[in-house]
Amino acid sequence: MTTVENTLLHTDIRNQFPILNRKVNGQPLVYLDNGATVQKPQVVIDALERYYSHYNSNIHRGVHHLSQEATAAFEEARVSLQKFINAKHSHEVILTSGTTQSINLVAYSFGKAFINEGDEIIVSGMEHHSNIVPWQIMCEDRGATLKVLHFDDNGDVSLDDLKSLITNKTKLISIAHISNSLGTINPVKEIIALAHQNGVKVMIDGAQAAPHAHIDVQDLDADFYAFSGHKMYGPTGVGVLYGKESLLNAMPPYLGGGEMIATVSFEKTTYNTLPHKFEAGTPNIADVIAFGTAAEWMLEIGRDYIQAHEAKLLAYATEKLSTLPGFKAIGTAKQKAGVLSFVIEGLHPYDLGTILDQQGIAVRTGHHCTQPVMERFCIPGTVRASFAVYNTIEEIDTLYNGLVKAVKLLS
Amino acid sequence: MPKSIQEKQQDVIEEFAFFEDWMQKYEYIIELGKDLPLIDEKYKTDDKLIIGCQSRVWLHAEKTEDGTVQFTADSDAIITKGIINILISVFNNQKGVDIAQAEMDFIDTIGLKEHLSPTRANGLVSMMKQLKLYGIVLSQ
Repeated sequence: MTTVENTLLHTDIRNQFPILNRKVNGQPLVYLDNGATVQKPQVVIDALERYYSHYNSNIHRGVHHLSQEATAAFEEARVSLQKFINAKHSHEVILTSGTTQSINLVAYSFGKAFINEGDEIIVSGMEHHSNIVPWQIMCEDRGATLKVLHFDDNGDVSLDDLKSLITNKTKLISIAHISNSLGTINPVKEIIALAHQNGVKVMIDGAQAAPHAHIDVQDLDADFYAFSGHKMYGPTGVGVLYGKESLLNAMPPYLGGGEMIATVSFEKTTYNTLPHKFEAGTPNIADVIAFGTAAEWMLEIGRDYIQAHEAKLLAYATEKLSTLPGFKAIGTAKQKAGVLSFVIEGLHPYDLGTILDQQGIAVRTGHHCTQPVMERFCIPGTVRASFAVYNTIEEIDTLYNGLVKAVKLLS
Repeated sequence: MPKSIQEKQQDVIEEFAFFEDWMQKYEYIIELGKDLPLIDEKYKTDDKLIIGCQSRVWLHAEKTEDGTVQFTADSDAIITKGIINILISVFNNQKGVDIAQAEMDFIDTIGLKEHLSPTRANGLVSMMKQLKLYGIVLSQ
């Protein structure tokens, strides 16, 4: 593709995001907080609008026309998401409220089925709090132990370290595909292979990977894979738990209620089959449908294009910002996604974030829900610029100029 | 007669009305941050730490001989320090009971709450709550 064609394609993509036209504090919005949540293309907004304007109805049980339309759209979304991660069966795609709920579901149900006193769970030291706390709760409940796979100064984990952590008591490893605060792309395929050699199951937190990476759960051989809609151009409040059919079948339900049952009596209730067993109650129908739209939208743009574009932005931003005096990137792993976390010596990330905000530049500051990572680097937090497919090189220049101004003001 | 809390808030509002743009305003806040009456190191403990701030904030209060309250504080972020200094300049040398009953609208009026990110605003809210709590405790 020529550069001209590329630029045209990119402008066309960017134009699909109405929010990017707005101003913040009198300045054109430069949105670089995509690791927290990404903006939504018009097709996703339209899908939500269309659902509520045309066929809002409860699903799976109604005999009337609207219910059938809503059910069909809901199940089509599941199939889109199945395709998005190349799951073998659509019933292995459990719809949840997001990555957090997906991880909690596994911690609860897998824990109940498979974890006994003295067993061990391993997480990495770079995990988001939502991939730490559910395991702590589960370990406390089951009398199990949580072990930590530490990372090095660059933000890389080592397979040798993992090997030495695994014992015959280890039951599960849960690790991020991509770190939200460091940008590290973990070697999840190798981790899964190593775990499986030792009879250990693996859960992947894919919240940060879903917007960027090719995800093929069969190729990875992941036992569980979790991700959220809102980080991959879809709505908030929806997510996926992928689980292997045999494992999901062996696990007890997480929530009880309607939809998840086959028969109910006061003597004995029997549960529905997958995926409904794990989807109690009326789901978030509109958002699931729009989540499916977002997955299709990403497939259409192509993850190769998204990755290449974000890699270009990351490389440019890293090089440009490195020229700022006192700049230090936090997270310099061998394989990195479009996340640039950094500090500027002598300046608090929060002060930097405040001054950037005055200039219409949205970044994230703080510990990014990864307090152990900040402790590891002995810093109160970082400034994090994270990129999406709609960001431009010009926006990185604006970030750079905004930082120059902030440094001058704060020093 | 010393100025009342109301009068001091009015002073702050007038001060901020002079600024023509955000740069001037923040330059001023940063300068104030450098002049914050610092907390004695021995009070910089976890129980003096205010929860709700992304940046860390310590606040301490003492009752002086004439019965008024003296605040000292610190933070690791300079803008936060500047904002605390604004609050302290209003509430220092006032009676606990007056601090406890004071309206805090002036923060909105000078456009700080709306210009700061939501988490910072929450931190501000926590800080103001803590100031008032000290006021209540030191009214006795």
